Amino acid sequence: MSELLLELKNVTKQFKGGTVALDNISFSIDANNPSIIAVAGESGSGKTTLGLMSLGFLEPSAGRIKYKGKDLSKLNSQERTEFRKEVQAVFQDPFAVYNPFYKVDHIMEVPIANFKMASNKKEAREMMEQALISVGLRPEETLGRFPHQMSGGQRQRMALARALLLRPRLLIADEPVSMVDASLRATILEALDKLNKEFGITVLYITHDLTTAYHVSDYILILYRGSIMEAGDVESIIRNPQHPYTQLLIGSIPWPDLDRIWGEDIAVIDIEEDHSEASRVGCKFAGRCPHVMDKCKVAPPPLYWPDDNNRVASCYLFDNKEVLPGEDVGTLFRSKKVAVSR
Amino acid sequence: MERLQLSLRYLRRNTSLAIGLGILIFLVLFTVTGYMIIDPKVDPYPLAGPGSSPPTLNYCPRSDPECENTEPKAYIFGTDAQGRDLYGVAVAGTWMTVQIGLMAGIIGLGVGAFLGFTSAFYGGWYDLIVRWAVDVMLTVPGLLLLVVIASSMGEQRITVTGMGVIIAAISWRGPARVIRSQVLSMREQSYVMMARLNGMGGMGIIFREMMPNLLPYLGASLVGAVTAAIFASMGLAALGLGPLREPTLGVTIYWVINQSAFLRGLWWWGAVPIGIVALIFVMLFLISIGLDEVANPRVRRAE
Amino acid sequence: MSRDVVLDINDLDVQYYTDAGIVYANNKINLKLRAGERLGLVGESGSGKSTLALAILGMIKPPGGIAGGEILLSGRDITKLTEEETRQVRGREISMIPQGAMNSLNPVMRVNDQIIDSMIDHELGLSKADMLQMAGDALEAVELDRSVGHMYPHELSGGMKQRACIAIAISMKPKVIIADEPTSALDVVTQRQVMQTIRHIQEEMGAAVILIGHDMGLMAQFVDRLAVMYAGQMAEIAPKEGAFRTPMHPYTQMLIDSLPRLGAKGVFHGIPGITPLLRDLPPGCVFNPRCPQAFGPCQETVPQFLEHRPNQWVACHLYESEPARS
Repeated sequence: MSELLLELKNVTKQFKGGTVALDNISFSIDANNPSIIAVAGESGSGKTTLGLMSLGFLEPSAGRIKYKGKDLSKLNSQERTEFRKEVQAVFQDPFAVYNPFYKVDHIMEVPIANFKMASNKKEAREMMEQALISVGLRPEETLGRFPHQMSGGQRQRMALARALLLRPRLLIADEPVSMVDASLRATILEALDKLNKEFGITVLYITHDLTTAYHVSDYILILYRGSIMEAGDVESIIRNPQHPYTQLLIGSIPWPDLDRIWGEDIAVIDIEEDHSEASRVGCKFAGRCPHVMDKCKVAPPPLYWPDDNNRVASCYLFDNKEVLPGEDVGTLFRSKKVAVSR
Repeated sequence: MERLQLSLRYLRRNTSLAIGLGILIFLVLFTVTGYMIIDPKVDPYPLAGPGSSPPTLNYCPRSDPECENTEPKAYIFGTDAQGRDLYGVAVAGTWMTVQIGLMAGIIGLGVGAFLGFTSAFYGGWYDLIVRWAVDVMLTVPGLLLLVVIASSMGEQRITVTGMGVIIAAISWRGPARVIRSQVLSMREQSYVMMARLNGMGGMGIIFREMMPNLLPYLGASLVGAVTAAIFASMGLAALGLGPLREPTLGVTIYWVINQSAFLRGLWWWGAVPIGIVALIFVMLFLISIGLDEVANPRVRRAE
Repeated sequence: MSRDVVLDINDLDVQYYTDAGIVYANNKINLKLRAGERLGLVGESGSGKSTLALAILGMIKPPGGIAGGEILLSGRDITKLTEEETRQVRGREISMIPQGAMNSLNPVMRVNDQIIDSMIDHELGLSKADMLQMAGDALEAVELDRSVGHMYPHELSGGMKQRACIAIAISMKPKVIIADEPTSALDVVTQRQVMQTIRHIQEEMGAAVILIGHDMGLMAQFVDRLAVMYAGQMAEIAPKEGAFRTPMHPYTQMLIDSLPRLGAKGVFHGIPGITPLLRDLPPGCVFNPRCPQAFGPCQETVPQFLEHRPNQWVACHLYESEPARS
């Protein structure tokens, strides 16, 4: 059944005070073809809001979010429990997700009990140990400890173990490595990769760091002030960005590579944030774009296909090209891989 | 064992808490041994002993100049004008006063915490109403309210338990406010979000996730509530609105004033309740400073 | 190009005395910083790099203390100074650019006033007009308009606030600037601009910069030399090319290997194991439990920090069979 797991249709989120965090985003996730999709952007891009809405913690101001065809805000209690089982998360701060009063086991014991995943304590313990071993942790070094007795890397890996334990279909990872030391990032990203390749879990990897996004994801979505600038295959976008904003972004990344000097490829004017009327009504990047035209200030551009690669860009520079039907970038993320049997 | 050792080492650094707990232990021992010595139904009440006798280890009635026919009795705190053995009063009164404080404190904290937790967590109309009620009640002078309630009940009807319940009428306000603001900030914590993801419902999150982390605040609130309650009970009793038949410390002070003890030279009658009350307040104050440090690690002093 | 050594750290030991035992935050740290150079200091949390920065700034307070060694600033041992003398050095000869600019600026003071605030504290004997002139110069140096001095912090953007912090740090033309993750709160585009500004100023002033951080990419783009710390000790100090292309210490090698690279998608080389606690260090080389190349002496003796290749210093037994250069 190719039923979409999660669907955002023309979703807009506006907070009190007027800030528009997400502007008319359409995005669907088909968990039958599990892939790792990066949602990348700077602060203020709306990426965290997107994550929170996908988890059902925020409701859209306009548009709808559907879980398996049903409106997320209208689920009954049984459907809600199913949703919680199928959509899980890992957050940025490895320490804050643990209740300091309890041992770290608590974070896994609670969902096992609530979702009735084990019939007795022994079974539960076995499940927990299995999950820990899968992410490279040793149960005897972790279970029974308090959060402050473990390192940041261990805590984050345990959070991943918890996610794995629940066998969700979609895992929302909100900046999982940004508060983790550089030397440990690869281990955590490897665990995410394993969750996807071995256990068939679709991962939504939310980040501001394009180097790790490149390292771990198959697809990427570039957000800027609530709108999608460019989306699609990660190799094409990182190596050959088409949207002026993506070009600015990628050109500014400090790669840990002595042969790539940052700032070399940038031909844009580095000016500060611009919140003028023009960019609120038209293309969000209009105020800073070196290629800005009059039509950019009038209405936001649709998603065009600039070349034969599997990606789209929202920029009038390509207005002679085809438009993505339905504006749903999710259609680009259907991997050709066969779903792994779980 | 290791936890005990670490706790003791911590106590060495937190002198306030250490001294406060020391006084507490002293008072507990005082009361417990006292109850074993006195006859609680007789000694703290009038006509238990000779009237107006100063503290003495060897009482002799004036009728017998050589103390031959009477057994020497010690009144280490003396007796008051009505013959109450003030040592008995000290022992029974301390316990009664503390009873009032604890009762009012616990009821107040229970009600206040429940309101604070639920209004902060659920928000909406409920929160609006509770907040309004708490704010309005906080502006009403507590003592005034208590005087109105107590005087409308009539002198004869107030018992020790009754006092506890009356004072609870004002003890819930402070805790409700403090706990509500704590929960408001805790609500945004990541582990609460994680608890939601784990399938926990509202009440579960309040009791299993948030409350355990608030224990230091709840402890500090309890100490505060008990202090305020004892204070209020003193005030009421001194005005004559306490349980006049019982030897609580506050009521004893009432009699001291009413019977002009100091003017009559019966200084020991006043010294006993005042001394113990002062000790109790110092203890509560030190414990609350000590707990403040436990709840707020940034205040902790380095070794 | 031989330049003067402006900061000379020799065998520095910093320890913290806690209820749970002594924490060996810095052990026998050796580091020489030359005028005008950019040094990157990397290490995990718990590696002791922040402690080292605090020691240089003279900000180690009880329960911590300097247990041995020396820090020479232009020949003068700043660990032996009095509180008053340390205060004079801090801000004027050694200054710091903090991590979160938002939290480092006083919201109720104008930018100019904050810049001259520390000048006043250092009793330079200048008139107010002179100090305001210097403040304006500092703002221009960080590529802000002089008029920004009259503004309040909330009127500035994130990047501008961070630049104001830099202006405060350089206002008295220090010899050493310690930048503690100065751009972690900024977006990638602003980050590049701010780092370019820092580079521009320090080259003009001839000041040395110690950049502390996690972002190896930032290090690759900005620093001349890289110092890698692990579990309270200095593992390796090498010029940029040496560190990234031919790292000597196994920890550095594994660290570089774990970084994302264009063309190496989907390949993950994490470092197995966890960092030891600073109060519970393993015997011998602190990295030996995790080191894939550990052998005999590693579990017994602590390797010395020696210049095993020209200008590349490393503490590792693998190289001790080679003749060490002094």
